[in-house]
Amino acid sequence: MSTVNQTAKGEHHYAHHFRDAMHEFLTSKEGIWVFMVTEILMFGGLFVGYFIFHALYPETFHEGASHLAWKMGALNTVVLIASSWTMALSIHYIQRGLNSKATMCLIITILCGFIFMIVKYFEYTSKIQHGLLPGKFFHYHEAVSQQLPLYFGFYFCMTGLHGIHVVLGMSLIGWVLYRHLKGEFNPHYFTAVEGVGIFWHIVDLIWIFLFPLLYLVG
Amino acid sequence: MGQNANHGHEEHHIIPFSILRNVCLALLVLTILTVFTAKFIHLGVLATPVAFLIAFVKAMLVMAYFMGLKYEGNGNRIIFGTGFFFLAVLAFFCVLDIWTRLPVQDIFS
Repeated sequence: MSTVNQTAKGEHHYAHHFRDAMHEFLTSKEGIWVFMVTEILMFGGLFVGYFIFHALYPETFHEGASHLAWKMGALNTVVLIASSWTMALSIHYIQRGLNSKATMCLIITILCGFIFMIVKYFEYTSKIQHGLLPGKFFHYHEAVSQQLPLYFGFYFCMTGLHGIHVVLGMSLIGWVLYRHLKGEFNPHYFTAVEGVGIFWHIVDLIWIFLFPLLYLVG
Repeated sequence: MGQNANHGHEEHHIIPFSILRNVCLALLVLTILTVFTAKFIHLGVLATPVAFLIAFVKAMLVMAYFMGLKYEGNGNRIIFGTGFFFLAVLAFFCVLDIWTRLPVQDIFS
């Protein structure tokens, strides 16, 4: 961000190597989309692994899913969809110059992130207490399938990596909220909100696939 | 802004409130549908494809409207598309490798 210039009034001026403000905005956004490709590839590897082992051991994945609290997963799905909506709305309101509404939307988005992580905490605690853990840490005695530790390997890796993204996303939205409260954004400049928004939506996007595959189908 | 002669020749597209609200509602309805088809109807072998199909529709809605790809130029769509293309390449060769080595169970036992 070293090329972002701020005047005394806090108004944004685009860096000198760009033609105009729109050029800077589009270039920044293109960078975010390239970053999103790396996200798809990172999670994609885990999904490919999931599909292969699911095809090899369907009973294991069915048994694993039966240990998950699908109602908690469904609640978290609703929470993330709502947060994606408020994130999109915050950009909508900044573009229309409705700053206090945008502030509310950003705060609600962060709160949804907290709710998601709290639900996740309860889920993880229950799994850890029952010994439903990946690989050698697995010590649940009533397991039918021998490969059940493999399922929980996928469960913890996929939801864990996703959880890290939720926490990162919340921090980024916090940073955007701070800048917004300082009055740095306006209908002509909101690049950071747009970029963080796209990141937050991909967190939602990944959960949209994780929820049915881990909790429901199994 | 305003000190540049190019100002105003391109404006930011504002996605209408009603579209964002409808997309959110559609996503919630599809979530209920996913839960319903998976938990209350016994689809058997179709369960995974159906769940995946609903997830795919939801993903398209998020990408088109929340992430704004519907309002983007082709450049960013192609960039994002390459991610899925190479994911498909990865999946294809992994599946090809495992499914051509039979019996499959022997590989992992």
